[in-house]
Formats: sequence, C-alpha cells, structure tokens
Amino acid sequence: MVDIAVVDYGMGNLRSVQQALRTVAPDASIVVTNEPQQVAKAARVVFPGQGAMPDCMRELDARGLRAAVLEAARNKPFLGICIGLQMLFEHSAEGDIPGLGVLPGKVVRFAANLRDAQGNKLKVPHMGWNQVHHAEHPLWQGIPQDARFYFVHSYYVQPQDNALVQATSCYPQPFVCAVARDNLFAVQFHPEKSQSAGLALLRNFVKWNPV
Amino acid sequence: MLAKRIIPCLDVTAGRVVKGVSFVELRDAGDPVEIARRYDEQGADELTFLDITASSDDRGILFRIIEQVAEQVFIPLTVGGGVRQVDDVRNLLNAGADKVSINTSAVLNPQLVADAAGRYGSQCIVVAIDAKQSAAGRWEVFTHGGRKATGLDAVAWARNMQALGAGEILLTSMDRDGTRSGFDLALTRAVTDALEIPVIASGGVGNLQHLVDGVKLGGADAVLAASIFHYGEYTVQQAKQYMAQHGIEVRL
Repeated sequence: MVDIAVVDYGMGNLRSVQQALRTVAPDASIVVTNEPQQVAKAARVVFPGQGAMPDCMRELDARGLRAAVLEAARNKPFLGICIGLQMLFEHSAEGDIPGLGVLPGKVVRFAANLRDAQGNKLKVPHMGWNQVHHAEHPLWQGIPQDARFYFVHSYYVQPQDNALVQATSCYPQPFVCAVARDNLFAVQFHPEKSQSAGLALLRNFVKWNPV
Repeated sequence: MLAKRIIPCLDVTAGRVVKGVSFVELRDAGDPVEIARRYDEQGADELTFLDITASSDDRGILFRIIEQVAEQVFIPLTVGGGVRQVDDVRNLLNAGADKVSINTSAVLNPQLVADAAGRYGSQCIVVAIDAKQSAAGRWEVFTHGGRKATGLDAVAWARNMQALGAGEILLTSMDRDGTRSGFDLALTRAVTDALEIPVIASGGVGNLQHLVDGVKLGGADAVLAASIFHYGEYTVQQAKQYMAQHGIEVRL
C-alpha cells in the first residue's frame, strides 16, 4: 500500500518534497515515482513542478503520466505545488500551450517593470517569502493569517471561477496563490521550503479526508 | 509584501565552516550542520554553502553535510563551489540543494549556465560574481576564488548571465569581503538596477546598519553575511528586527 505518491516526471528536484513529507508523516509509505500504476495505487498524490511549464507538460506526457494525474486530481487527496498548480489550468502564457484543463482559467506572467509603493523595482521571478492571505479550508488549519511562505515563480494562475480561490498574495497587486476544489488543493509557493508554516500545511494535507 | 531575505553564508572546507579576510586567512567557525540548524531556528530565510576548496576529497564531505542539513532544515539551500558541469548541478540538487551557485565555470563556459537552467529551471541557478573595482563606477569580474582577473565588466556580465537563464545573482565585492566595512553599495546598485532578476548583496557586512544600507541604498533583494552571525555577535533574529525597525519588510 502506498500512502503518498510524489509524481516525478523528471523536472527538478523532488527530494525536498519527499523529505518534508517524511517529516510530517514519519509512518507513511511515500514514493517518488514516474510510474502511472504507482500513482493510481496511492491513497494521496503530490504533484510538484519546477522549471518551465512547456517542459513539464512534455515530460509528463513522455512518461505517460497524464491519465494517472488526471484520475488522481478527480478522485483522491491531491496537492499541486508551483508548476504543479499551473499545469492544472487550461492554458499558460509560458510557451502559449494548453495545460491539463482540470480547472478553468489560465496562467499569466507578472508584468514587466513592476514597482512597489515606494517606487522600487520589483524583480521577476517573484522570489522569497511573501504573506499568504487565506480563506477557510482544512489545509490552513493552525496556520496564522498572512503567514509567510517561500515563492519562486514568474507566472501565476488566474482562475475563471472565484470560488476556487483559497489564498492570495501581493506583488504588488493581489494574485491567486492557492486554489481548491473538492479533493484537490494546489499552491503556488513551496510548502516543502516554507519552514514551520509549510510543514503545517503538509501535515494538514496528509491528514485531510475530503468528502 | 515580499520580504527582503537574510542569508547566512557558510564557507565550508574539509567539513568545517571557516571565514577568511579578502578570501585568505581562514578561521574555524564550527560544524556546518549545527550552524545551519541554529540559523534556521533564528529565522534565516535561506542558507548558502560555498565549498571553498572544492577538492575531490572535500566534495564527498560536502555532499553528506548537505544531505544532513536538508533532512532537518526546510528553507531553501544554495550550494556552490567547484560546479563545472551539468552533472555537478544534478548531483548537488540530488543531495538536497535547492539552488546551485556557479562562479568560475560560468566565465570559462557560459553555456553551462544556459544548459543547467534549461535542464533544471532558472529558479535553481544562481550565478555568483566576484567583482573588484577597476575605476570609478566600473567593476571587473574575477574567478578562481578571486585570484584571476577576467577583463569582464561586472554589470555587463550580470546582464549576460540573466539572458542565459540565471535566476538570481550572488554579487560579492572582493574589495569589501571580510573587511566589515559594509557592502560596496555603488556596485550593488549598478547591478541591481541593470537586472530584472534578484540580486543578493555580499561582502563586507560588519554591523546591522550595513544590512539596512544594502537594501535601502544598494537596492539588494537579499543580503548575505557570514562573520557577524558565525561568532555570535548578532543573531539572524536581531538582524531582522533591526531591519524591520528601519522600515524594511522582513519575515519575523
């Protein structure tokens, strides 16, 4: 029995995701896997992603993982992280490509020449610790409002349906940094690198039993 | 809003953290895993490990250190020193690094930066630039731990690295490193204004006001320091509180 499968399609480093999950669920069996059957067998699925979305989509399909990921996103506790959030949407401006289309909406880039209120240049990628303003959801349990999480990304999601939105952050305008629907939860930041707040979210995920 | 980051830097050789003055005269500062854990508890936003000898023996020791730190510390870890090929990047990421810093090899083989960013994503590629003032408003890039001049202009080089896919620049003033006289603010400002990607200011921090100046006057997105933290002069928490008191957004 696999408790948690971390989907590995060859993009980036999943060791830190695995390490953080092990810390919050020391007794769970956790696999990092590129096999669709393993994803299908797992009780919970974590869908991370790093790098550029076109590469992520290509590598996912090259390993025949699309169907297993779509199935998991419909049926079991599912956590998307970073590009793993972005890929759930219908379209991305990065490479002008379709995503998995699990959620309605698109992925767009931060505008060039962003400035903060004092007129200082804001860099892209948006990199570092930013405040997360969250709604009510079991995955936010015990996490203070406006707690800081670690981000690194140049694109962000624009869901078509506001009911999906579970959290926003500001850079400098508000952008969506977490969404949820039924059994699915996905975040733009990296909980595995967000110290105690990140571990709290992962701990909530491994205990989460969506109806 | 996004917080400015404080990044303690651990220069590692033969399994120990050391600190020198202007890249020489090394002094022992302790066990890297223990120090990393302490800085994490104090609220460090990231940690940077630089393998300052990068001999093949030390390499194995460094990998074990990174593995141990990554098991206990859940903040971003950057590792640099002796990265020569894409395989080195992969091995460090596999050991638990989140970002890999490339310095000398970026100059010798700029394609390495493009290849590594293309393979693993810009978010994990940091290009480290060691720069020394050559004339008013001009800085030259040095390699090999500050021993070799390259003739490259630091600002132009930083732009070039951004274009090749670097996700971030770690900018060290060789003139200031180890002097405790503050960052080279003109250098920091010149590079950060020229780039879209974040710049980490490094080299010269001797007190907490230097960190404030690096952000406010230098325009740095993150500040890196070593000796003020290693020898217990200040905690990371104290540094953050000082920055917050001076109107800088930090993670407290």
